[in-house]
Amino acid sequence: MSEHHHGHGHDHHHHDNHFTDMEARVKALETVLTEKGLIDPAAIDAIVETYETKVGPRNGARVVAKAWGDPEFAAWLKRDATAAIASLGFTGRQGEHMRAVFNTPDTHNLVVCTLCSCYPWAVLGLPPVWYKAPPYRSRAVIDPRGVLAEFGLELSAEKKIRVWDSTAELRYLVVPERPDGTEDFSEEQLAELVTRDSMIGTGLALSPEAAR
Amino acid sequence: MSTREPVSQLSEGGRGRKRATAFPPSPLLASAELPKSAEGDPVFAEPWQATAFAMTVRLHEQGVFSWSEWAEALSAELYKPGRRADASDYYDCWVVALSRLVTGLSIASGPELDALTRSWQRAAEATPHGKPIVIENDPLR
Repeated sequence: MSEHHHGHGHDHHHHDNHFTDMEARVKALETVLTEKGLIDPAAIDAIVETYETKVGPRNGARVVAKAWGDPEFAAWLKRDATAAIASLGFTGRQGEHMRAVFNTPDTHNLVVCTLCSCYPWAVLGLPPVWYKAPPYRSRAVIDPRGVLAEFGLELSAEKKIRVWDSTAELRYLVVPERPDGTEDFSEEQLAELVTRDSMIGTGLALSPEAAR
Repeated sequence: MSTREPVSQLSEGGRGRKRATAFPPSPLLASAELPKSAEGDPVFAEPWQATAFAMTVRLHEQGVFSWSEWAEALSAELYKPGRRADASDYYDCWVVALSRLVTGLSIASGPELDALTRSWQRAAEATPHGKPIVIENDPLR
């Protein structure tokens, strides 16, 4: 069983997408170089993928670590993620609203939608290349359990999977469950367990053993 | 918050694949003042910077320009007066250097690149949420 949620604000007919001068110029170079046969977008993706975890401040890991260690912060994050995240000094480039969805023993959350420029990479890190592929998006909505299994994440049949589709105004952050054996971990140590994949829901937080 | 801060160095997670060594190191890693992590990997404040870096690596690999041509083009931009004191415009300089090489080698003209840049901006504005931004979405194209 799965549910498919849309965020609020379906009637957003104003500009959903925007490229800065530099973003647009890089796209222009990519277009011209591809047309001339000098680069192949797949080769560029492959190089970028090598560094995908090196892009952006990835401060979502610190948000999750704080929520694990501080129940008051966790409650605030649940109630008003935008303000709670901003309190740590992190704000989205376009001031987008964030919503934190918490994994629990009986519910797993998965975020889709990276097709446009709305993906909050500053919080989550760069999305993986495969994640942006339209087939992934549609399959994740139809068969989230199967897609997750392909990524090596086998969830029990009893576990409910909620799929969240971001809108231009609302972006999601998955708060994974805190791994066992981390009771005496500092916030910094906890943050090291929070992977990009665990914050989009295609993985879990690392166990202390796996992080070593 | 500035998104220009050095990125945090978190261990690679996910599916347990370590990909940072999947490619032979490019000589471009020796580019002047290249922002790098403690492990010596390039770091990027925004995704477009990684794309610009990757395109340059690829063009150099294909022999479109030599290392010294690249080094000279990049230096010309990096050591221009008027750079930001915090060097947060490093990849702006990189993209200008790359654009100059592309026009200097007559791969595309400056006006052609400018027109394409504006076309992509219009395409982005015209693309509804949830759809991929493609240049064909530019209403004037």
